[in-house]
Amino acid sequence: MTATVPLNAYLILSAALFVIGVAGVLIRRNVLVIFMAIELMLNAVNLTFVAFARFLHSMDGQIIVLFVMAVAAAEVAIGLAIIIALHRNKESMNVDEINLLKG
Amino acid sequence: MIWLIPIIPLAGSLIVGLIGRRMPRTLATVIACGTPSLSLLLSVMAFVRLLQMPAEGRLLRSSIGSWIASGDFSVSFGFLFDPLSAIMALVVCGVGLLIHIYSIGYMAEDRDYHRFFALLNLFLAEMLVLVLADNYLLLFVGWEGVGLCSYLLIGFWFERPAAASAGTKAFLVNRIGDGAMVVGLIWMILLFGSVDFQTVLTDAPTVLVYGSVTASLLTLLLFIGATGKSAQLPLYVWLPDAMEGPTPVSALIHAATMVTAGIYLVARSAPLFQLAPVSLEIVAWVGGLTALYAASIALVQTDIKRIIAYSTISQLGYMFLGLGVGAYAAGIFHLMTHAFFKALLFLSAGSVIHALAGEQDIRKMGGLRQFLRVTAGSFLVGALANAGIAPFAGFWSKDEILAAVYASGHGPLWVIGALTAAGTGLYMFRLYFLAFEGKSRLDAHMLSHLHEAPWSMRLPLVLLALGSATVGFVGVPPGSGLLQRFLGPVFPASAHEATAEPTSEVVLAVAVLAMAVGGIVMAYRYYLLDPQRSEALAARYPALYRTFFHKYWVDELYETAVVRPTVTSARTLSELFDARIVDGSVNGIAALAARAGSLLRRLQTGQVPTYILSILVGAVVLLGYLAFSG
Amino acid sequence: MEWLVFVPLAAMALVTAVLVIILRNPVYCALSLVGTFFALSGIYLLLQAQFVAVVQVIVYAGAIMVLFLFVVMLLDLGHELPAWLQRDRPRLLIGAGAVAILLLELVIPVGSWTARAPHGPQTSEVVGAAGNTQLVGRLLFTEFLVPFEITSIILLIAIIGAMVLARR
Repeated sequence: MTATVPLNAYLILSAALFVIGVAGVLIRRNVLVIFMAIELMLNAVNLTFVAFARFLHSMDGQIIVLFVMAVAAAEVAIGLAIIIALHRNKESMNVDEINLLKG
Repeated sequence: MIWLIPIIPLAGSLIVGLIGRRMPRTLATVIACGTPSLSLLLSVMAFVRLLQMPAEGRLLRSSIGSWIASGDFSVSFGFLFDPLSAIMALVVCGVGLLIHIYSIGYMAEDRDYHRFFALLNLFLAEMLVLVLADNYLLLFVGWEGVGLCSYLLIGFWFERPAAASAGTKAFLVNRIGDGAMVVGLIWMILLFGSVDFQTVLTDAPTVLVYGSVTASLLTLLLFIGATGKSAQLPLYVWLPDAMEGPTPVSALIHAATMVTAGIYLVARSAPLFQLAPVSLEIVAWVGGLTALYAASIALVQTDIKRIIAYSTISQLGYMFLGLGVGAYAAGIFHLMTHAFFKALLFLSAGSVIHALAGEQDIRKMGGLRQFLRVTAGSFLVGALANAGIAPFAGFWSKDEILAAVYASGHGPLWVIGALTAAGTGLYMFRLYFLAFEGKSRLDAHMLSHLHEAPWSMRLPLVLLALGSATVGFVGVPPGSGLLQRFLGPVFPASAHEATAEPTSEVVLAVAVLAMAVGGIVMAYRYYLLDPQRSEALAARYPALYRTFFHKYWVDELYETAVVRPTVTSARTLSELFDARIVDGSVNGIAALAARAGSLLRRLQTGQVPTYILSILVGAVVLLGYLAFSG
Repeated sequence: MEWLVFVPLAAMALVTAVLVIILRNPVYCALSLVGTFFALSGIYLLLQAQFVAVVQVIVYAGAIMVLFLFVVMLLDLGHELPAWLQRDRPRLLIGAGAVAILLLELVIPVGSWTARAPHGPQTSEVVGAAGNTQLVGRLLFTEFLVPFEITSIILLIAIIGAMVLARR
C-alpha cells in the first residue's frame, strides 16, 4: 500500500456515490427525497472534478465545482419552489400521483 | 437632377392617391397637374443643358444608388439623359401634361376623380423611369409599371364587365411579350454580365458575331417584348379592347406614350439589332404587315375610338417598319409626331363622346361640326396629320420612313406602306365625314343638350392641334433636319438611311401623298356625297367586308386556339392533379402524422418515474458504448 | 498516511449516502445528506482543495440543506408516507438492472484506467506557495470571468423564478 491515495480510489468512491444517488431516484416515492438523491449525484461528480484537479495539477476542476455548486443552489431554489407550489395544489409529495404531463 | 424627373410624379401619385380625398378638390387637381409640369420643366432644363454640350458627347447621367450587387453583377438605380431619352421624356411630359389638363374637364363628374389622377401620375412616373433608365433592368421596372397602370386604367370603370375583362386581356397578352423579354434579359446577363446600356451596347460588336444565331435570337426576344407592348402582330389584340378605359387614358397610354415603349426599346437597342440583319428584316415585315392589316380593319369599324385604336396600331407598324430598315431616327421622328396627332385625335374623340353623353357609334353621329367647332377643327387637323397630308406633321415623318424603306431596297414593303397610306386617308376621313359632316343623325334629345367642352378640354385640343400642324418641321429637310442631327450620334451609322437621291425622294413623297389624297377623295365620294355607294361596295365584296369587319376573326381564333385550351387544361389539372394528387398527398402526410402521433402518445404516460427510468436506460446504453467501444 | 484519513471519510460518505436513500423520514434523510457533505468536504481537504471544501460546508451543508429542512418543516412532511418505496415491480427490476450495469460501467473502466501524466501548471508546490484560495480567485476573475458572470445571471433568474413559483 502506497502512502498516497491513487486517483482511482477517488473515482471509484465517486462512482459508488453516483450509483447510490441513481438508485435513490429510482426507488423513492417522496419528491423531496428524490431531490436529495439528485444532490448526491451532483456531489459525486464534484468529487471527480476535484480529484482530477489534484492529479492533473490543474485548478480548472475546482473552478468547475464552484460553478456546479452555484447551479445546484439555483436548481434547489427553483425545485423547492416547484415542490411548494405542487404541495399547495395537490396536497401530495408522491411522485406517482404527479402525472399532469400525461398527453 | 435627372432622377427627380420620374420621382416628382411618383410623389404626386402618392399624395393624391393616399390623401387626395381629404384635401380640397382644387388642391388635388393642382398637385396632380403640377407634378407633370415640374417634370416637363426639369426635362426642358436638362434638354437645354444637353444642347450646350458638343454634339458627340451629349449625355447626362445620375444615379440614386446601387440596387442589386451580387458578385460581379451589379445594377444601379441610374438614370441617363441622352438625345433619345430627351425626345422621349419631352414627348411623355409634354403630351402627358396636356392630357392631365384635359382630364380635369373630362373626369370632372367621375366619383373616382382622385384615383384617376393618382394612377395617371403613377403612369407618368413609370413611363419616365422607362425612358430615362440607364440599364435594361430598370427599364423593365418602368416597362412593367406602365403595364400595371395600363391595366388599372383600362379597368378604371371596373364595375363594367367589358372594362374589367379588357384590362385582364391587356395584362395577359402583355405577359406573353414580357415573358420573352425576361428570357432575353437573363440571356443578356449571361452573355454580357451586365444590363447597363453603355456596357451592353458598347460591347455588343465584340461579344456578338454579326449575323449570328445568338444575336438574332436575343434581339428577337426583345422584339417579342416590344410587339406585346406596342401592339404589333400577333400580340396587338389587347389594344382595341383597351378603348374601354376613359378616353384621356386611351390618348395618353394607348396612343401617345406607353405603346411607343416597344419602339423606344428597339431604337435603344439599335447597336444590338444592327448585328442581327435577320431580326431587322423580321421587325420591318412585322411592322409593314401590321400597318396594312390594322388599316384594313379600321376601314369598316363603327366605334369612333376603335377606329383610332386600329389607326394607332397601323402607325406603330410604320414606326417598326422604319426601325426595321435601319432608319432609327425616322422611327423616333414618327413616334414624336404620332404622339401629337394621335393624342389630338383621341382627345377630340373624347370631346365628342363627352358632348354626346357616351355615344361612340359614328353611324349615329353626323353634322357635329356645327355644334362642336373647336373639336371638329382640331380633329380635322389631327386627321390630316394622321393621313400624312403635307405640311402636317405626319407627312414628314411617314415620308421619311417610306423613303428609307425604298432606299434600303425593300420594294414590296414600300408598296405595303404606300397602300397603307391610302387606307389611312380613307379610314380617317370616313370617320371625319361620318361624324362631323353631312346631315345629323342624332335624335332630338341628344341635340338638345349638345355642348362644346369646357376650356380645360379645349385648351389641350388647340395646343395639340398647333403641335400636330407644326412639329413635323423639326424633321425638315428629310434626313438632315434638326431632329435627325440631334438624334444622329445615338444610333449606329446605318447604310440605308437617306441615301436616296433627292429627286427620287421627292417623286416618292408625291406618290405617297397622291395615294393618301386619293383615299380622302374616295372617302368624300363614298361617305359624304352618296352614302348608299359605300353600302353597295360592301355588298359587292361581302367576304372581304366581313373579314375586315370581324377583324380577320383573330380574336375568335385566339379564343379557340389559345384561351379555351388553356382554361380547359387548367380546369382539368385543378380537378385531377391539384385535388387528387397534390391535396391527396398533403392530406395523406397529415393523416400519417396524426396516426403516428396517436401511437406514440401511449409512450407519454405522465409518470415521472417512467421518464427517469427511460433516461437512465438511455444513459446506461450510451455510457456502455463510450466505455467499451474502444 | 493519507489512507488513514481517506478510508474513514470514504466509508462515512458511503454509509450516509445509503442512509439518505433508505431512511423513511425525510428529516433523517436530510441529516444523513449533511453527513455525506461533511465527509466529502474532508476528502476535498485531503485533495488540497481547501476553498472548495469550505464552500461545500457553507453552501451545501449550510444553505442548501437548511432550505431542504425548511421545506420539510413548512409543509409538515416530518412523517413519512405509508408506502415510501416504489411498488411497481417491473419498473423496480429494470431499475435495479440498469443501476447494476451503470455501476459496472463506471467502476470497470476506472479500475483499469491510468491517468495521463500531470501536465497542468498548478503543481503542489505552486499551490502551496500561492495558496489555494488566491489561485481560485485569480482564475475565477481572469480566465473564467464570462462563465462567472453568467452564473450570477443564473442565480438572479433562480431568485426571480423561485419567487414567482412559490407565490400564492
